[in-house]
Amino acid sequence: MNVETPVEALKPNDYASDQEVRWCPGCGDYAIIKGVHRTLAEMQIPLEKLVFFSGIGCAARFPYYMASYGFHTIHGRAPALATGAKLANPDLDIWIVMGDGDALSIGGNHTMHAIRRNVDLNMLLFNNEIYGLTKGQYSPTSQLGTRSPSTPQGSVDAPLTPLSVALGAGGRFVARTFDTNQKHMPGVLKAAHAHKGASFVEIIQNCIVYNDGVFDGWTDKKVVSDNSITVEHGKPLIFGAEDNKGIARSDDGFGIQVVTIGESGVTEADILVHDEKNKILAMMLADMKQPDFPVALGVLYNNPATAYDASVHEQLAAVKENTPAGTLNEMLRKGRTWTVSEGA
Amino acid sequence: MATNVATSDGGERKALDSVVIRFAGDSGDGMQLTGTQFTQSTALMGNDLATFPDFPAEIRAPAGTTFGVSAFQINFASYDIQTPGDDPDVLVAMNPAALKVHLKDVPKGGTVILNTDAFSDRNIARAGYEENPLEDGTLDNYIVIAIEINKLTNAAVEDCDVTSKEATRCKNFWALGLMCWMYNRDRQPTVDWVNQRFAKLPNIAAANIAALNAGHAYGETVELPSGAEAYVVPRADVQPGTYRAVTGTEAVAWGLVAGARKANLNLFLGSYPITPASALLHTLTNLKHYGVTTFQAEDEIAAVCSAIGAAYTGALGVTSSSGPGIALKTEAIGLALVTELPLVVVNVQRGGPSTGLPTKTEQSDLFQAVYGRNADTPLPVVASRTAGDCFETAIEAVRIATKYMTPVILLTDGFLANSAEPWEIPDADAIPDFPVEFRTDPEGFHPYLRDETTLARNWAVPGTPGLMHRIGGIEKDYDSGHISYDSDNHHRMTKVRAAKIDGIANDIPEQDVAIGDTTGKLAVLGWGSTFGAVNQAVGRCVKEGLSVSHIHLRHIHPFPLNLGELLSGFDKVMVPEMNNGQLVHLIRDKFLVDAESITQITGQPFKVSTLEREIRSRVEG
Repeated sequence: MNVETPVEALKPNDYASDQEVRWCPGCGDYAIIKGVHRTLAEMQIPLEKLVFFSGIGCAARFPYYMASYGFHTIHGRAPALATGAKLANPDLDIWIVMGDGDALSIGGNHTMHAIRRNVDLNMLLFNNEIYGLTKGQYSPTSQLGTRSPSTPQGSVDAPLTPLSVALGAGGRFVARTFDTNQKHMPGVLKAAHAHKGASFVEIIQNCIVYNDGVFDGWTDKKVVSDNSITVEHGKPLIFGAEDNKGIARSDDGFGIQVVTIGESGVTEADILVHDEKNKILAMMLADMKQPDFPVALGVLYNNPATAYDASVHEQLAAVKENTPAGTLNEMLRKGRTWTVSEGA
Repeated sequence: MATNVATSDGGERKALDSVVIRFAGDSGDGMQLTGTQFTQSTALMGNDLATFPDFPAEIRAPAGTTFGVSAFQINFASYDIQTPGDDPDVLVAMNPAALKVHLKDVPKGGTVILNTDAFSDRNIARAGYEENPLEDGTLDNYIVIAIEINKLTNAAVEDCDVTSKEATRCKNFWALGLMCWMYNRDRQPTVDWVNQRFAKLPNIAAANIAALNAGHAYGETVELPSGAEAYVVPRADVQPGTYRAVTGTEAVAWGLVAGARKANLNLFLGSYPITPASALLHTLTNLKHYGVTTFQAEDEIAAVCSAIGAAYTGALGVTSSSGPGIALKTEAIGLALVTELPLVVVNVQRGGPSTGLPTKTEQSDLFQAVYGRNADTPLPVVASRTAGDCFETAIEAVRIATKYMTPVILLTDGFLANSAEPWEIPDADAIPDFPVEFRTDPEGFHPYLRDETTLARNWAVPGTPGLMHRIGGIEKDYDSGHISYDSDNHHRMTKVRAAKIDGIANDIPEQDVAIGDTTGKLAVLGWGSTFGAVNQAVGRCVKEGLSVSHIHLRHIHPFPLNLGELLSGFDKVMVPEMNNGQLVHLIRDKFLVDAESITQITGQPFKVSTLEREIRSRVEG
């Protein structure tokens, strides 16, 4: 047995590159990259195995600030490049950083198919509900009525709910956290990393310049307990500053509702227990919105299936076992050939 | 020239130097299959041959319509031939629509074989005939062999335990059997193929073989109309060696695999179905045991992006498509160019613009290949001339891509992809290796460190300790590889990217002359699949002592270093292209020569006779 020489443990800072970070002061991305550095250090992922792919947008500068391998690609296409990379070298630990316009508008098709195929990728969606780098146009996740340079009278098209899209595309791992929630983020990222297959994590991120405060209604310290719920597998869906509110089955039995324990005869027994393998529940949790519901945080769904890259390599291995590769000359001469001899 | 010779089957056959046969019928009649089987037998008989499958975009267009007619032409000879032939000597028309579409190409006195069972009033009307062409004099100037092929097929397969529908579907094999008799082709290769293809459906196999034999027996026993005879086409005097029939699609696939082996890389193909490029995906996915991974992506963009992602991790990235799909890949090709990753982009050209003529051939994506990207984005462009040449050009594309760390565009077309020719199988061991050396030494490393000679950047792949780096679409600093918005640096990087591609000219063979002298009155400058037609046309003229030469390009960007000088040795330069004139502009632009354009944009390959006429009008008198 080989005993490896213990290497010096990697610290969060070891995951940061020497490049000057150029996000706006106060951008939520600073908090996210800090959380990612910390999480990677906690997992001690070797830098050379780690690859960050990104598309285009503010968030997409992420790879330049990492000390790992990184590829800043083109708008919306990071999942497609990452899929090729993972298929070509399944040993790599691949993360994708995407923005909301990047992942859900121009790259919607690639996001959907990477999730559908269940490629073993850690897909981080930085959702700030706005186009930052192009100076503030509304995005596919902007709330109805968002005033922006391209929608001066307010947007009139309904936004997407990213986690609902991910679940609808067949996602096997779907989670949510937010930028300043530093206690919460590493756990979610670690769970995403542990999941073999496409892990889709929405990270709510504040754009201080173009959409400042749009999430304050549920992420602000003063209201976060009452207006969000952090779900945990096997634990009752209880929230609130006084831990007395919960998610229960709706009266008609087909949906969910917010109830208060101790009111109208509600007891803790009425509160639903989170089951991360229950897709119906996950879909209802993903869709919970303010002001009627608290926003759900944590791992909403985690129900692994064989990853695409694993299946592809299984097929490749099976073919290679059944049909050993011959020489090139054998390849060229397989099938019907004929020989013309001298003087024929 | 025809002489009568005795053959092994005891009969007397007329010897022919060459024959052009066109099989035509409904899309569902199996004409492509019939043609392919006839081709196999012909190849095994030792004839030289060339084929031209010509089929509609519709998979099964409404039966009996002219737009649903599918055809397969084969030209085979006892001498070296290079094209599928201009006009068919024999037309096999399985229905009135096939007759309507193709009779005009048959010279007077040619042979027309008809399936009279398909000449119902309804089918005749559907084909657009007002009267029955069998009776109204339409066929007066032809040798007509009218046969009730459906009835005879049904009778032949009576004992085969097939439904009447299945029985009728064997009629193409009946026709094939007749043609095998008429041209003395061996049926055994077809019998073997049928048994293999229908191994799980022995009744279908038996029916097809019965139909094949019945068609053959019909020829042996029935007295044919005057003028129709049995023929023999003696084997061609070809170079000794081992041969096989090959299509451009197969040759590209094998060339890519061979190139990847020579580069010591695994091959990753990201592709999205598109006519006529899909067959390359099908062929490569069956070569997994040669280190090939194929990925059918969600769209053309994902296809090229996945290949770039794979290239980033150290594979040979390949993507394949046709013009419209290449257009979608354009932005990503720019990314591969600026990140300087090896990528082979195969464009199996088809008629355009937009959806155009998906199943027809054209050379109209040359501008797209050379110029069709935003910004200053020069890329090497390599073009294949014949089905067999696709093997060599694919290897060359891989060599350039990996040696120079650049995307390379490999141009083939629908004609090359689908047509078959006998190919002398090369010795793969004799092809030089060009193994890639990944960077592993961290000392002094940065991702845009360049080789002094090739100007290629060093290739360090994820997983390598100590070489972690970031690449991307933003301009990079020449000296460190970090992001740079510096204006002088962008100027310098643009220049070095161009110089790298220009420098490839030092690493490709000088332009040769395919036929004719290196100076003279007229140079016919071609590229791509027009090779056969141009070569044969020029060849005929040279034989007569006319001052004309054929120059055919493989490397279109950069051009071979001596091309300008070579062209200057001719009074006139003529550039025939299956487009509205593209190479001609590149030539005029680059060398300031008064090159003349000959264009044909019919979706059909050039006829030798057309080119010969154009040549003669320029050098005679």
